[in-house]
Amino acid sequence: MSKADAATTAARASASVDREFAAPVTQDGLGVAVAGQLGPSGVDRPERLPGSGIGGPAGEGTALPASSGGRRRLVDRRWFRIVGGALIPVALLVAWQLVSTSGLVPVSMLPTPEMVWLAAVDLAERGLLGLYVAISTQRVFLGFAFGAALGLAFGAVVGLSKLGDILLAPTLGAIRAVPSLAWVPLLILWFKIGEDSKVILIAIGAFFPVYTIVAAALRHVDRQLLEAGRAFGLRGLSLFTTVQLPAVVPSVISALRLALAQAWLFLVAAELIASSMGLGFLLVDSGNNGRIDRIFLAIILLAVLGKLTDSLVGLFERWAVRRWA
Amino acid sequence: MTTSSAGNEPTASAVARAAGDVVTAAPISFHGVGRAFGTGDSVRPVLRDIDLDVAAGEIVAILGPSGCGKSTLLRIAGGLDRPSDGVVAIDGSVVAPFDARSAVGFQEPRLLPWRTIAGNIALGLPRGTARDAGRAHVARLLELVGLADFAEHRPREVSGGMAQRTSLARALARNPAVLLLDEPFGALDALTRLKMQDLLLDVHAAEPTTVLLVTHDVDEALQLADRVILLGNDGDRPGARIQHTVVVPGTRPRDRGSAELAELRGRLLDGLGIDRHGSARGVAATTTIPHYPY
Ligand SMILES: Nc1ncnc2c1ncn2[C@@H]1O[C@H](COP(=O)(O)OP(=O)(O)OP(=O)(O)O)[C@@H](O)[C@H]1O
Ligand SMILES: [Mg+2]
Repeated sequence: MSKADAATTAARASASVDREFAAPVTQDGLGVAVAGQLGPSGVDRPERLPGSGIGGPAGEGTALPASSGGRRRLVDRRWFRIVGGALIPVALLVAWQLVSTSGLVPVSMLPTPEMVWLAAVDLAERGLLGLYVAISTQRVFLGFAFGAALGLAFGAVVGLSKLGDILLAPTLGAIRAVPSLAWVPLLILWFKIGEDSKVILIAIGAFFPVYTIVAAALRHVDRQLLEAGRAFGLRGLSLFTTVQLPAVVPSVISALRLALAQAWLFLVAAELIASSMGLGFLLVDSGNNGRIDRIFLAIILLAVLGKLTDSLVGLFERWAVRRWA
Repeated sequence: MTTSSAGNEPTASAVARAAGDVVTAAPISFHGVGRAFGTGDSVRPVLRDIDLDVAAGEIVAILGPSGCGKSTLLRIAGGLDRPSDGVVAIDGSVVAPFDARSAVGFQEPRLLPWRTIAGNIALGLPRGTARDAGRAHVARLLELVGLADFAEHRPREVSGGMAQRTSLARALARNPAVLLLDEPFGALDALTRLKMQDLLLDVHAAEPTTVLLVTHDVDEALQLADRVILLGNDGDRPGARIQHTVVVPGTRPRDRGSAELAELRGRLLDGLGIDRHGSARGVAATTTIPHYPY
């Protein structure tokens, strides 16, 4: 429905057959909104109704709808968000440049931005930069995918079934209590120093946020909605897909976001300890060789990659919230 | 769905026909039904000794003070809750958990926030309804409850009264043998309320279904029901039971201003009042044992 359609729809409301119903509720606006005391959906906002099913992101309390032609506030503007978000990084870069070139701090402690850039170019020319970034990203995505998938499955079982909760929750809780690094020697003994041991460690890191949040969210789905669903004949799978799954979608996505951050964390842990490639390896190797420019490079790359992948999930989250919430 | 014209106004019977397999109304009976909440020492009886036979197609209104157990009785009838004592049977067979023969219009709208108004009404369609038939039925119900222009809105974008009408339409979509309505018009303004009452009667006339209707409104009960039952405490024992049963004279639609109804209205209001007086007496008679562990 386009905005024009919405407008005509609204205009026609008073002319359509259901005028008697539409009139008192919509046209008097707040005047009859007392009728809404029992409803969770709040008061009438006629000016918001047309087309608001399509409009902006959910839950954003913008004072004026964009279609009204009114001025949007500065903080709601896209360019302002981008510029505002870039302000501090740019300031940091400038400060870094000034301090590192001023001679206040020796370059063995604080390399100049140019040195870091040259280190990047140097590594790239040797074909290592792309390789390290690629292998680290691959490990994160594999570990994240396995861990999150298992987390979703176990979270669903524990959250949906009492028996699953009784059988699994204590054990998983105990496993979660093990500090992540405690797994490293065991994983290396079992799976040797290869891709498997790293991916598994990252999967463990991604598993727990997803498992914990999904199980809790499913347990706390609104009982009244569940009961209504059952009363209208939904059972098992149909109840799950109609009520429980949509209800937990926002939580699932924030769980995935958390798991992704956790995956990068565990990546570095895995690569710091035993690896011959990747950003974590670059960190240890450079530490051992006193290459502080490369240490800076690795840290900056981790920040950028982590933020980029997080933004990807963030985009997905915005879509899902609009779709489901 | 927004292309409605005054020419093809849907009628209640059209809605009934659209539902396809016409379910016939079924009698529902309560025998010695009681419900107590809590365990051990803190058992608190809410309902006791409810005996009621509702004929197929009859409309029975349930009145009573707040908290006396009206919703509880309705939930038991729909298989959403189990009685502690006694049995409830629809058409002679005991009510199953979430019995498919009944449809509940809850006291709260209980709409799925992520579904549109139309999608929420579609939830009420009987399982296995063909897609097209279902869509057509939902469209008619939307017109009937005056929400055709809001079909694609989300529950958070409509008013409380509109949400309640959606909830009513969802229960009607089920085309049930027994329709259980818990204060379905509670959040509506006076005019819409009258419209919705008429709508309910139209639907009922087109396809008589058995209706149990909880309400706070004595006039509404007298206007809609064949019989009105008044729930309340006697005072000597905790737990509400049926205090009065009033058979409403005349056929619907009733004249809202008739003297006979006015007299009944007085009696029912008295009944609600006497109930309060009665329980006060009850407390006085048992000063040493307060029987509500509130
Ligand atoms: N699940 C429950 N557990 C414990 N007590 C309950 C439960 N459900 C209802 N009750 C109690 O039963 C009593 C009756 O509740 P009910 O909701 O049936 O009242 P009601 O007559 O519908 O009231 P109202 O008119 O305010 O809706 C209340 O005192 C309530 O506290
Ligand atoms: Mg109630």
